Parts: sequence; structure tokens; C-alpha cells
Amino acid sequence: MSATEIQMIIKGIGETLYMTIISTLIGYVIGLPWGIGLTVTNKDGIHPNTVVFRILDILANIMRSIPFLIMLIVVIPITQVIVGKTYGPTAMIVPLTISAAPLIARMVESSLNEVDKGVIEAAQSMGSSNFQIVWKVMLSEAKVSLISGATITIATILGYSAMAGTLGGGGLGDIAIRYGYYRWQGNILITTVILLILLVQLFQVIGTVIGNRLDKRKR
Amino acid sequence: MAIIEVKGLSRTFVTKDATVEALKDIDLSIEEGDVYGIIGMSGAGKSTLVRCLNYLEKPTSGTVTVEGHELGKLSEKELRALRSDIGMIFQNFNLLMQSTVIDNVIFPLTIHGMSKAKAKKKAMNLLETVGLAEKASSYPAQLSGGQCQRVAIARALASDPKILLCDEATSALDPQTTQQILALLKKINQETGITIIIITHSMSVVREICHNVAIVEKGEIVERGLVEDIFTHPKSKAARRLVIEGKDPDQWEEAASAKEVKALHESRRIRIVYQQNSSYEPVIANMVLHFGKPVNILKADTKDVNGTARGEMILGLSDDPKLSDNQISYLKEHGLAVDELTTDDDVAKGGR
Repeated sequence: MSATEIQMIIKGIGETLYMTIISTLIGYVIGLPWGIGLTVTNKDGIHPNTVVFRILDILANIMRSIPFLIMLIVVIPITQVIVGKTYGPTAMIVPLTISAAPLIARMVESSLNEVDKGVIEAAQSMGSSNFQIVWKVMLSEAKVSLISGATITIATILGYSAMAGTLGGGGLGDIAIRYGYYRWQGNILITTVILLILLVQLFQVIGTVIGNRLDKRKR
Repeated sequence: MAIIEVKGLSRTFVTKDATVEALKDIDLSIEEGDVYGIIGMSGAGKSTLVRCLNYLEKPTSGTVTVEGHELGKLSEKELRALRSDIGMIFQNFNLLMQSTVIDNVIFPLTIHGMSKAKAKKKAMNLLETVGLAEKASSYPAQLSGGQCQRVAIARALASDPKILLCDEATSALDPQTTQQILALLKKINQETGITIIIITHSMSVVREICHNVAIVEKGEIVERGLVEDIFTHPKSKAARRLVIEGKDPDQWEEAASAKEVKALHESRRIRIVYQQNSSYEPVIANMVLHFGKPVNILKADTKDVNGTARGEMILGLSDDPKLSDNQISYLKEHGLAVDELTTDDDVAKGGR
């Protein structure tokens, strides 16, 4: 591999991390309240509301059922409006975020639904408001599960970001397609694949370590 | 004015295929400072009843009045404020597993706006009361069941409630730990005058700590009164099973051993209850000498009712109705509480 190719791959790593982390973060800004909404308005939740629940639920289902590659194309007009161009890592944050948010909402919903109903009842018996229950009981009790959900999410978004490479999204996926597929440069293809595997491993290890450190349920 | 006043309370659950009347027209009045037991089989509706007292469960009809406030008329916000006057502990403790012991006790204080520093000081005092000060920075998973319940008690007492609801609070604990928790509740009741309501399926818990008791069966209160009175003269079928068979409601369905049933069927039987002081005089022996006819002692036991020892005996009397009548009046004259056991009581005994 030439020095320029190595430099290109390093830049690719940077772009991949940039896309993945920024879209996961924005995804949480949207997906966390969404998931909380799903849990709270559920018929067994602390503030049941069938109408709101149905809307959040169906919206999540619709968005989750569009394959990412299709989503990439469908949201091009929106990307054009928000970012001003439709290629490059920054532009890819838009479809990545739109795909990440409903996934995160479902992850958060399932984590919060695991919280012991008895603990919530105890908090209610002390006169906690619903906001306090969400903030101080549910999120706190579910934090280990939330971290593990975030780890799964980030690995998924990392995979999506590689797919975004096919539409000129930049990052390792872009390099793998241009050099590995169009130019048959096997060494670069393999290098990018190994790097993607290492990145997923890295996120997984970080997630597991943080999760274990936070978990106080063990003796 | 009673601190808790329940009138005509009903709670109906509607499920897809059935309507379940969990509570039917309950009237209940609990005085300030009392330790009030609500006993019944699982599924009798007692847990629903206690949740109606702080409106965690909203009644289908009827009213609940706590400290003069009718709960159904309060706004969400007023209700939350009133709930800080009603502490609650649970069978499964329901502690925040991801928070330290002290943070668990601080929780109810900070949600009502107390500063963290002040709350911490108060929480430490409470942990000292329950004997767990040195565990302040441990996590609940590191504690035993009894210790967890102590933390839960400290947490329930944090907001200086006037009422403490205990929902099967000792059911998950072993007998020795149960004793310790009950002793702690008794102490808190005596020192602070807090009203305690105890939901249980265990007669021994009621005997140990409660002054008054209500027996709940199939969503209705079938008998209520002073624990002493019900122990001495149980009237309803449920009460007789609890007291005479010495059985907790969950065991009602279980058949007793065949031998016991046979012995109890043999003759006319009575149950007598005596207090400590009446045991100085050998009443039974004197009665045997007086009539010249033996009696059969089928069961004898001493039980602790609210701190005083109560003896109870089940006697098989003579088959001669006239003689046995005389024997009964003899015992009554000597100040013993006598209760004739009917075949009705055997129904529970022998299984249905």
C-alpha cells in the first residue's frame, strides 16, 4: 500500500467515526424521548394514552421497515435542504439519524419496560410525579440495559455508514467500494473490512466495560 | 375522627372475558396510632384494599378519607402531596437497585424538594433508627432480605408520614427476621404514634403486633374487632379457621391429618381460652374431680397475643349432653372463655 492510500484509509476511519458517532448522538436526542413516550403511554405505563402510543408505535414500525439503502435515496431531498448537498459524510448524517432514531426508540422502550413495576409503584406511593419517575427511577434503574442498547445501536449505525459509502458518503465503506469493488484492489478491501471489525469490537468492549462498572445489582 | 375512613368501597376489574369484583362495599375506620391488621387469603382483595388507601388503585365506587381529605376529590398534585404523609413498604422491598442505601432513603426527601445536604443528614438518622447506618454506602444487592426491608422502612419513614402501609412486608422473610421487623415496626409505632396498617396472610403476624384486625374473604370484610376479642371469641367461619385451626389462610384448603380429624369428631368439643392469671388455678383438674368424669384434652397451646400469653385448649367432653352442659357452665363460672366447636369447623379441617 502506498503512503497516499494509507493516508486515505486513516481519513476514512475518521469519517466513519464522525458519521457514526454524530448520527447516534442526534439519534438519541430524538429516540430517547420517543422511547420514553412509548413506555409511558403504553396501557401498562405510568400515563396510559392510547392515541399517542399508537402514533409513536406505528411511526416507529414504518420507519424501521424501510431498508437503509432505500432510506438513503428517499431522504435525498431532505438532506439537500438541511445540509445543502447530498454527498459526503456530513450529508450522510441525515439518513443515518433518521434510521437510528426509531431503532433507538425501540431499544429505549424495551430497556425501560424491564424496570421493576414494584419500584415504580413504590416511587408513586412516595408521591413522585411522572417526570420524576422517568428521570430518577426508570432511566437510573435501566441504565445498564440502556448502555447495552446503545452499544448495539452504534454497531448497527457503523454498518449503515459503510453502506452509505455506495452513494458517495465517504468513510471506510466508500473506500471499500471504490478500491475493493471497482478497482479489484483486494488488499485495500481486506484492510477496510478488518478496520470495520476492529471498530465494532472497540465499541462493544467500551460498552461492556461501562455497563459492568455501572451495574450495582451484583453482589 | 378516624385517620382513615373508608365508606362503601368497591373495586371491580374488567378483563376481556370476566368482571372481577375484587372489593365489595367495604367500610373501614382506622384510628390514629392504631396497628391495624388486614388478613386474608391471597386473592381475597387485601392488596387492592391497601392500594386504595393511598389511591395507587382508584376505587370503582365509594370514598376513602385520609386525615379528613377525601382522596377522590384531590387533584393529582394534592394527591401526591398527601402521599408523602402515607409511607408504604412492600413484600419485595422495591428498592432502587442501582442506588446506594442512603440514596434510597434520600429519594423521597429530594422529590419533595429538600436540599441534598439536609436530606442526607436526615437519612443517616433514619438508618440509625433501623440499625443500618454502617451500610449507608452499600447497594441493596449486597444486603440480606431483612436488611433490605429495614432500608425500605427507613425510606418509608423519611417524609415523616402519619400512616405506614405494610403490604405483606414480612412474607418474603424467614421467621426470625420477621420477628425482628415486627419488633421494629412495634417500636416505631410506640415511639412516634404512627398509624400502621398491616396486610398479611399470617395470623401470627396479626397476633404479634396488631391491636385491631379485619378479616377479608372474597372481597368482603367478614369480621373485625380487637385481636384479643377475635382470638378469644372468633365468630365468622374465616376467623374460626384462623384462630382455632391455627392455620394461615393459605393453608385452609389443605386437609389435616386423618388422625386429628378422627379425634376431633369423637365427642362434643369446646375450645377454651385463658389468660396468664387464670392458669394459677387448676380449673380443668378441679372440674374432672368435681364431676368425676374425665375430659379428653385434644389440643393445648400457648400463644402470644399482643405481648400477653394466651392459653388455648380444645377439650373433648362427655357424650352425656346434660353432663357436658354442666361442664361448660362450670368452666364459664371459673372465668374461662368457652366456645363450642360445631361440625362446621370440621369442614375446613377435613377438607372439602
